[in-house]
Amino acid sequence: MPLDLSFVGHAYPRSEIYEVGRAKIREFAESIGDDHPMYRDVAAAQAAGHPDVLAPPTFGTILFGKYSMKSIAEDPELGLNYDRLVHGDMTFTYVRPVYAGDRLTVTTHIVQIDSRMGNDFMTLRAEIDTADGERVVTAMSQVIVRAES
Amino acid sequence: MTVQAGDELPPLSVRVRRADLVRYAGAALDFNPIHWNEQTAKAVGLPGVISHGMLSMALAGRLVTNWLDDPGAIVEYGARFIRPVVVPDDADGALVEITGKVREVREDGTVRVDLAAKFEGKAVLGKAVAIVRLPR
Repeated sequence: MPLDLSFVGHAYPRSEIYEVGRAKIREFAESIGDDHPMYRDVAAAQAAGHPDVLAPPTFGTILFGKYSMKSIAEDPELGLNYDRLVHGDMTFTYVRPVYAGDRLTVTTHIVQIDSRMGNDFMTLRAEIDTADGERVVTAMSQVIVRAES
Repeated sequence: MTVQAGDELPPLSVRVRRADLVRYAGAALDFNPIHWNEQTAKAVGLPGVISHGMLSMALAGRLVTNWLDDPGAIVEYGARFIRPVVVPDDADGALVEITGKVREVREDGTVRVDLAAKFEGKAVLGKAVAIVRLPR
């Protein structure tokens, strides 16, 4: 069943606070094999003018998955079939890097819904802000609910 | 650093094995079983266990962060996921080959880098673009 177009423009409530830890940044950097010192060494990051170690550019995927994907997957009124969900694209726009010690929230908006050949395409915008309301990263992502075969 | 359109970034080849997928799943908190369970992957019509699209994007991003003194210079990074990387359950895994090139040096001091990631000779990412603000 195609997704309900009235969900275009819908925003989910702002998430809880996610506190970014140095160990999580390091674990993520190691999992992608990126050995840049500024993800690990506070002194190296501070020498470049950063307050603490920074996260690799795709670190925001953790927040997108944990809050944005969860919001749409667990919305009974949207009723999408999570088993048929695949990721179409992702773009991060950074006001600044994510740092260890950041206290971040995610607010997820449904920007667009299209149906083509039985597949549903949904564009989400996740606003990743500090607890004080300062924008850090915006994630725009298309997810696809594949047609039942 | 002096950067010009057409400059190529040092290429990168990465072997992705099942253990890498498990490790990435844990670090990224993406536990979708199509990335570690053959039965589930085949049940949803995939040829086998596939890598996370976001992992391919992260690997391609390494080309840019390796190239930069400061990864905080990246102001935008995006990609489309156009083909899955199938990761066999063996010691060799799947080989992902990443290349990148400076597409444009802009008036505002930013640089556009176009990235390509290939598996078995075919593109796995589309429109993989990083915008970087270089130090003046």
